[in-house]
Amino acid sequence: MTLNDLLKNTSEWIKGAGPDSEIVISSRVRFARNLSGIPFTHWASQQQRRQVLKTVKSALDSNNYFKKSLFLKVDELAAVDKQFLVEKRLISRELASGSDSKAVDISDKEIFSIMVNEEDHLRMQVMQSGLNLEEALRLMDTVDNDLAGKLNYAYDANWGYLTACPTNVGTGMRASVMLHLPALVMGKRVKGVLMSIAKLNLAVRGLYGEGTEAAGNFFQVSNQVTLGHSEQEIVDNLQRVIRQIIDYEQGARDNLFSNSRTALEDKIWRAYGVLSNAYIITSKETIDLLSIVRLGVNLKIISNLDIKTINELFIITQPAHLQKLEGKELNPQERDVKRAEIIKKKLKTT
Amino acid sequence: MICDICHSNEASIHVTEIVNNQMQEIHICEECAKKKGIMMSPNFGLADFLANLTDFGLPAEKQALGQKQLKCPGCGLGFEDFKKIGRLGCGECYTAFKKGLQPLIRKIHGNLQHTGKHPEGAAGYSQETASLTDLEDKLKKAISDEAYEEAARLRDRIRAIKNNKDENK
Repeated sequence: MTLNDLLKNTSEWIKGAGPDSEIVISSRVRFARNLSGIPFTHWASQQQRRQVLKTVKSALDSNNYFKKSLFLKVDELAAVDKQFLVEKRLISRELASGSDSKAVDISDKEIFSIMVNEEDHLRMQVMQSGLNLEEALRLMDTVDNDLAGKLNYAYDANWGYLTACPTNVGTGMRASVMLHLPALVMGKRVKGVLMSIAKLNLAVRGLYGEGTEAAGNFFQVSNQVTLGHSEQEIVDNLQRVIRQIIDYEQGARDNLFSNSRTALEDKIWRAYGVLSNAYIITSKETIDLLSIVRLGVNLKIISNLDIKTINELFIITQPAHLQKLEGKELNPQERDVKRAEIIKKKLKTT
Repeated sequence: MICDICHSNEASIHVTEIVNNQMQEIHICEECAKKKGIMMSPNFGLADFLANLTDFGLPAEKQALGQKQLKCPGCGLGFEDFKKIGRLGCGECYTAFKKGLQPLIRKIHGNLQHTGKHPEGAAGYSQETASLTDLEDKLKKAISDEAYEEAARLRDRIRAIKNNKDENK
């Protein structure tokens, strides 16, 4: 597998085949691990970081999931490629902005992505389509247990897995779910829902943007506490809350559909109209309109389009993706034109 | 009102400090005031006073002030460094800065005991115990190699960990 293969193939979770994938885009489980006896990444010497990389790589090479994996060293990547991996959610911005001995190992179908020498020696993540934290945890455990047998994790019976930042100590686990909540946003009920989630020690973040406004009506909910609960408890907890939110969103959608059908259809078809006919379109406008069209597909108001295509469009209209598809660097204006072109092409072929 | 220090005598000395609209009060009895040789001069600062009370059994946060000068023997990171950058230096830091970290971790997670999975064969693995065993082995070797300076350093580290352990029982 090469980097450019990633451009041709879609990540498994984008296909939208998972449970509740109309409202839940993806589920993710991340484990933070460190090797015993070596300082954490930011405090380690160059030689120690190299040692971590070498040790981890050889442990991964003998794991079945990574037989055909793509192993990339950050300092050997061009800026656009690093940005491309960030857009695909395969690496964090932190890893992309560093260099020496930072690397990522991406498994076949992009199910696993293991970062080396990020904030911790190992940041391992698993993505699944829809609401499927159970499966994500199961897969993560499989790889984690295999690596634990080959490496020597920094672990303590009281503190659990030792991490660079105390906010991750214990299970070292961050479970998160990406949600699409257009109806709750339109019904102006999303703030209330989010505030009650925050009271449960869960973190909520708007995606594709900073601040209180979540562009595209996307939200990411994750656990904040990593110590004192088992991995299964964290997943069960989160899953329970997400189920509630799904019910709320579904209820809000049913409400819109029965009480404001005409206004809703108007909004959806206008969005579809702009997307399929514009010659110039910004990133923000794309995300906002795609979000409404996605709702339209979910509600079967738009019938000649599938979720996979919409999910793909969210990803490939991002800046680095556009430039890789075009094969060269593009300035913002050129990107806005290329973006409109790609959207039109994708919508026409359906 | 009971003395904030001994919690037994009646407090007869009350100190109130107001700086930038923030008020801090402390109430102590004559005995404790005499015992600690507390100076009641006009330039008396409450912060300095509290900073010197680390051995009075005050709340953990104030006790952590005594951790100021602490350095991790494993990687050399100072507790003050940690407070500035927000990241620890190595696994041993969790043992070295235990007293200072406990209140922080309790605040973040509401818990202090890991209840999740563990690497196979490492269920009861304690960072402290492992460090001790490792250090004791190193001490024996240093003595047999006649590296007495190194041996003295190791002996001090072992002592520090054992003291830590006893205090936290």
